Amino acid sequence: MSTHIGFDFTPPDVHGKVTGEIKYAEDYKKEGMVFARILTSPLPSGRVANIDYSEALRMDGVVGVFTADDLPPVPPPANPALASEYITYVGQPILAVAAVSEEIAESAIDKIKITYERRPFCVDPLESLAPGGPNAYPEGNTLVRTREEGPEGTPIVGAEIKDIKWTQAAIDAFRAGKEPVGAEFTNEWEYGDLEAGFAEAAAIIEEPFVTMGYPHHSLEARTGMAYWENGKCYFHGSSQSQSANDNGLARMLNIDPGDLVFINEATGGGFGSKIGPYPYMAITGNFARMLNRPVQLRITREQEFYIGSARSGMQGWMKMGVKADGKVSAVDLIIVNDGGMTGGGSGGSSAGHVTVAYQPQSMRFRHISVYTNTTPRGAQRGPGQNEMAAVLAPMADKAAAAIGMDKVAFRRINAIDSNGFEGGNQGPVTSAFVREALDQGQRLFGWEEKLAKPKRNGDKVRGVGVGIGYHGAGGRGYDGLVRIGTDGKLYIHSGVGNLGTYSYAGTCRAAAEALQVPWERCEIVRGRTDRHLPHSSGQGGSNTIFTHTRTNWVAAQDAITKLKEIAATDLGGAADDYTIGEERVFLSSNPSQGMTYAQAAQRAIELGGKFSGQEYPDDINPITQRAVQGLAGTGLIGVSKDKIPGQGQPPGILVGFCEIELDTGTGKFEITDYAAIADCGTVVHPKNFDNAMRGGMVWGIGMAALERHVYDPQNGLPANTGLYQSKPPTNKDVPVDTRMGAVNIPDPQNPTGGRGIGEPTQGAAAAALASAISDALDGHLFNTAPTTTDMIVNHLAGKSYSSKSLKTNTF
Amino acid sequence: MPSHDVMPNMELYQPVQVEDALAIAGRLAERGWLVGGGQDTYGWLKDRAKSADALIDLSAIEALRGVRETADGIEIGALSTLTEISENPLIKERYSVLSDAAAVVASPQIRNIGTLGGNISQDVRCWYYRRGLSCYRAGGNLCYADTPQGMNREHSLFEASRCVAASASDTAPALVALDATMVIRSLDGERVVAAQDYFVGPAIDIENTTALQPGEILTAVRIPSTWANATFYFEKVADRNVWDFSLVNVAAAFKVSNGNIEDSRIVCGAVQCTPRRVVNVENAIRGKAKTSATAEAVATMSTQGARELAHNGFKVPLMQNLVRRAISA
Repeated sequence: MSTHIGFDFTPPDVHGKVTGEIKYAEDYKKEGMVFARILTSPLPSGRVANIDYSEALRMDGVVGVFTADDLPPVPPPANPALASEYITYVGQPILAVAAVSEEIAESAIDKIKITYERRPFCVDPLESLAPGGPNAYPEGNTLVRTREEGPEGTPIVGAEIKDIKWTQAAIDAFRAGKEPVGAEFTNEWEYGDLEAGFAEAAAIIEEPFVTMGYPHHSLEARTGMAYWENGKCYFHGSSQSQSANDNGLARMLNIDPGDLVFINEATGGGFGSKIGPYPYMAITGNFARMLNRPVQLRITREQEFYIGSARSGMQGWMKMGVKADGKVSAVDLIIVNDGGMTGGGSGGSSAGHVTVAYQPQSMRFRHISVYTNTTPRGAQRGPGQNEMAAVLAPMADKAAAAIGMDKVAFRRINAIDSNGFEGGNQGPVTSAFVREALDQGQRLFGWEEKLAKPKRNGDKVRGVGVGIGYHGAGGRGYDGLVRIGTDGKLYIHSGVGNLGTYSYAGTCRAAAEALQVPWERCEIVRGRTDRHLPHSSGQGGSNTIFTHTRTNWVAAQDAITKLKEIAATDLGGAADDYTIGEERVFLSSNPSQGMTYAQAAQRAIELGGKFSGQEYPDDINPITQRAVQGLAGTGLIGVSKDKIPGQGQPPGILVGFCEIELDTGTGKFEITDYAAIADCGTVVHPKNFDNAMRGGMVWGIGMAALERHVYDPQNGLPANTGLYQSKPPTNKDVPVDTRMGAVNIPDPQNPTGGRGIGEPTQGAAAAALASAISDALDGHLFNTAPTTTDMIVNHLAGKSYSSKSLKTNTF
Repeated sequence: MPSHDVMPNMELYQPVQVEDALAIAGRLAERGWLVGGGQDTYGWLKDRAKSADALIDLSAIEALRGVRETADGIEIGALSTLTEISENPLIKERYSVLSDAAAVVASPQIRNIGTLGGNISQDVRCWYYRRGLSCYRAGGNLCYADTPQGMNREHSLFEASRCVAASASDTAPALVALDATMVIRSLDGERVVAAQDYFVGPAIDIENTTALQPGEILTAVRIPSTWANATFYFEKVADRNVWDFSLVNVAAAFKVSNGNIEDSRIVCGAVQCTPRRVVNVENAIRGKAKTSATAEAVATMSTQGARELAHNGFKVPLMQNLVRRAISA
């Protein structure tokens, strides 16, 4: 019987966030601290020929200038902290100036004279792929990975830049929504018999699509503050993760990870942009060492737009074959990703979404990711999957209509289950219950009733839609660490970052559950390296709930084993004769014979060895080893690597249902109903689940209909650097009353039953809304994400819409 | 590029009397920058796209605030906030087209600090110009938006003259619809300018959007009783329902007798550099029944003369639809 999992609780940092007492990186000050500001590139492409900062250095209050020469050279395709030989986007940092005040530092920037050499630039991948088209780098236009891609958010390794061009005929065909015959790709896979799949199809749809990139707009920009004491670097940063920063950040500072104290108690959002250390941390830490003073590098809203990374845009083509019974028999998918200056794209994940959402019997995927002279690209909430969901949903609706099938029924017949697969290699999933989610959602939303309602009311037309969001949601093999103190309390050491999702707290409940400790007797230890935190995953990819309920569970199991062993040692019998409950370990046959957790912790200290952390398993990560060493002798230590058996991708899946009323006079619509059902295993923390569902829905609405990302092809300048210009949804653009639920069937590969759900909440909402817009307009396909007011107005007026040529970064 | 969030060093004047403000503004002339709520100002200055030697902060001048009844209508202090305008009982009762417009400007936070004077005197929102590029409006010799590749979704359909930037104000069309006048003071005295003449297009003055000259201060807006309690209509279409500029808006006033339109003023915003009266439509519907049929018959007239750019063609049907709706509502 669960006592913690599936119940609401208040994470310990909530009070501080509500009252404003909690500190973010920017709130920390240190005696002698100076303020750094960065000077950024006005050019989309070129090189720095000369820098003259002598006048700036002579200013009163200016204490130093930091340039690319002060860092190890970083050749392309890596994204450097400071550019010199390769300026690849407007807004790229060139140098930093430190002064005793921000005003002086900012004035000093005005005094710096830089001579630039310009290079050709490109803001649209298809322009670059065309014969004679401009390349974003002198070396070429395409990122080619020579080794397997690392986990999401990790730096690019094993990659090079190539120059790839398509024929004009291929470009023209692609822009016209046809297959670009003979085009070169850098990544391809195929399974099943595609030809046979199309041959047996009762209907085939063939559609182009384009989605735009979108810079990150986390409320907290990536400000950092660093200082050095006795060879150690103390770094106040803004990250989604905690321990996952240790090794990379130490490498940037050229120190042993044991000499880094990374402090990050609260983070104002990351959404994929702060999974691990980002290049600009190198400026803060190394500048502080150079000046031998604490340095704060505050990143402004505008700079966050430039350096905070962005979702990759897609230009694509899809052909889908559907059998008469509704089963998707074949999918042929081509994606050209806009990789910005970092080159990578999420096309593989987009293709993965197609496999999970519709389980095609055969599928081919061809992909190329092209550099553009736009901001760095990286992970952003469901990268690849969510934007694919948004453009795929209306296409699926069209396919369903072609065989006369209801939209929900079409999704149901193609739904993934626990025997289903994910990705081009058709790998297994841990479990999946999407049919149950569709059935539950259909009832909750009142799908049939809504279909029966009148379509038009004056200028208003109704539309209903359904969408599926998916993201692989879990990892394996990380470490858990708990300590039972001599006060009898359970200290749960977490290397999970506090990115605002509260998963750090939710996952700790697994240890409390396993050890049967009341929550008020538990303390989460986290937020800075010197609090002895274990090796943890980066908080990206919706993985944390699955990954770290498991690590905390296995650490608690180790503690339970040790409790029993201590009891057996002191009280006689075998460890297996003992059990736990009510913060005691006791003889199963005679509960009065036992000891409290506090007493056991005292005995662990006296016994030493593995009981109190002097010894630890060989297979735990060096980060965890250091943490255990730091805790040794302070209580009963439970520490373990997650080796829970099992295989496959733990899927996070959401189905969303949306009803809109669209004003044909203005192109505007109101969302009159939204309901969604998650398939995320056991809901670990209901209140937090609800928040994630709402937050994801809000961003999904933005992705489907509101966001703007515009670059001028004439000069490479971005048009929407301000938050208001990027148009995230406001509270007046989203429904107030929504209905959310979960299938709530436990995942068999997690002792707590949970899987992640953060990212798909956006994709399902975006897909359901796109489906509803198409439905309101009698099945019209815009094939864009977002579909903005002007596009809808143009369509209603019989005019073409601006993205028809597949141009990205233009809407 | 700079960091875009640090104010440059400049002199700051904070007068509490209009006379003192006029003296400072007169003395500083082009070197001074008037600021009320600051919602347009601070972006320019922090972005360092424009600069001034001195800031003249008018916000402490109480005489520039409030709504007063006059012999022929009302007078609104230029520093009255948009929230005050949207909530003022007198305006809501007699000139609701203005309170309706003020209520949908930007966001509640901006309306709480932004002023009527600022909203109607704000600079255009062309993003090229705002980035500090040397375009015609900024004293240069080209327009980045009016090219085949220009990103110009928000720009003008009408009255472009080298510059294609569009008016960003929601209240300006309402004031033109109400036949308001602007009270402008300087050390030389007071002049009163019709709203229609207050807003200036690029053909007349490419570097300014209003008739305000250096040394002058807009102190009040007067609304005559001519259109009090008329039948009004205001609608704003923006991408988002709050914190956004209009893609197109319409403000209209109708005098209706026995179901027929005796007279009307129909004004669209965000379609040219100034609020655009659709006089041909006003003439065409004079004496006609205020019905959907009438609206339908004249809607397309509203966009006669429109010149579409690469990305703003949607404004043509949108403007027609809003004019149609204003008449038929």
